[in-house]
Amino acid sequence: MALQSLDILRRSATTTPSPGVRQTTEVAKLIDVSKCIGCKACQSACMEWNDIRDEIGSNAGIYDNPRDLSADSWTVMRFSEVEVEKDKLEWLIRKDGCMHCADPGCLKACPAPGAIIQYSNGIVDFHEENCIGCGYCIAGCPFNVPRISKKDNKAYKCTLCSDRVGVGMEPACIKSCPTGALVFGTKEDMIQHAEERIVDLKERGFSNAGLYDPQGVGGTHVMYVLHHADQPELYHGLPKDPSISPMVTLWKGITKPLMSLGIGLGVLVGFFHYIKVGPNEVEEESESEQQ
Amino acid sequence: MSNKTNLVARYSASERINHWLVAITFVMLAFSGLALFHPAFFFLTNLFGGGSWTRILHPFIGVVMFVSFLGLIAKFIGQNHITKADLEWQKHLGDIMANKAKNLPEIGKYNIGQKYLFWSLVVIIPLLMLSGFIIWRPYFALYFPVDIIRVAVLVHAVAAFLAIMTIIVHVYAAIWTKGSIRAMTRGTVTTAWARHHHPAWYKEISRENKL
Repeated sequence: MALQSLDILRRSATTTPSPGVRQTTEVAKLIDVSKCIGCKACQSACMEWNDIRDEIGSNAGIYDNPRDLSADSWTVMRFSEVEVEKDKLEWLIRKDGCMHCADPGCLKACPAPGAIIQYSNGIVDFHEENCIGCGYCIAGCPFNVPRISKKDNKAYKCTLCSDRVGVGMEPACIKSCPTGALVFGTKEDMIQHAEERIVDLKERGFSNAGLYDPQGVGGTHVMYVLHHADQPELYHGLPKDPSISPMVTLWKGITKPLMSLGIGLGVLVGFFHYIKVGPNEVEEESESEQQ
Repeated sequence: MSNKTNLVARYSASERINHWLVAITFVMLAFSGLALFHPAFFFLTNLFGGGSWTRILHPFIGVVMFVSFLGLIAKFIGQNHITKADLEWQKHLGDIMANKAKNLPEIGKYNIGQKYLFWSLVVIIPLLMLSGFIIWRPYFALYFPVDIIRVAVLVHAVAAFLAIMTIIVHVYAAIWTKGSIRAMTRGTVTTAWARHHHPAWYKEISRENKL
């Protein structure tokens, strides 16, 4: 959460414009998977800056630790052992966390006004004090990112260090990366930087190297340079062409105004029917007939 | 009830209590559910103590309604089989709605509109219970894959809409047909009401001397 308030692009469950006179530059985090050594410094930096500590888990026999994102772990390294070419083992390491979609499914699904905010710089932020714990954001997210805390039933995820970015600093994870696999800047600059990296990777034999900035969610403000951009699924199931599920689009799209209108019309039709034909009464005669 | 008061018993005390349990929980569910469905209705969360309380209470109220509704099914299912007379009666629906109906076939305790209400809810309420169970946080949703949850939220919203529309018709029918509401508040209707609206039922209870 940050104290920015004049640069809101979208606010959950809000039907009128939010304060948005201040237009900020679109930012992005670029994760160059080909440079990542899986040291998890970014995980530590994330914990430290945000001052949250996950429970100490147990060793599951693989490098993934913690095993999954949680309300207390907003970014985790995902380790995948793959053979893209036969007998040529590749160890793919992907830093997982919120992608900060331009078209955020979580925000679309959220029923609590102001619990999810999208700033004009592209950051999608949860404001937990407005969160009601329904978990709709989880249904809305195409990347399986938000987690509900067992302690307070609020949803948490990476904020892209909106509090740091708001005062001109880069996110904590970027600061800690020893190999330069993580870089942060304007989205434009990051795309340009990625292109240079992709040229380099292609020269080194990764002919399918490319940028992961999926357009199905309007592009993201966390992007990947992948050596196998044609098969993002290799990287611990990174979706190839993510988009908001049609179920969620239906649920949070046309049905909302249509059903609300239907209910209002139903009541009005009843009222005017009464006004037109009057009540359905049993005549007095038949009452007395009985006597 | 006796002839001298001109009243006929229609619902027992347990039927009335059961009906109103379902009715009260239904209204609470509609309000709290709409609050989480469209921002225009979010203010209704104030009736339940805020957004989080609305989220917490809604499913528990839902379980109370579901269980109460099972009681209503058991009590009313016997009288809700659709008959030939009902289908004949349905053909006169336009006239009935215009208050111009004449020579209607004699129908029993419920007309076909009431039977449609019954069967609609018999389908919709279990559907709401099932889909609601799947999306119930923090207790049960975590056991279901996200694809199932996405189907469940949509099913829940559409089913709830249909239930609300059905109940709007039900409430209006009760207001429009004068003398009906007392059946559920006092348990009795006038003999004239019974003979006019449900002649076959009236004959049956007359025969059985239940007046």
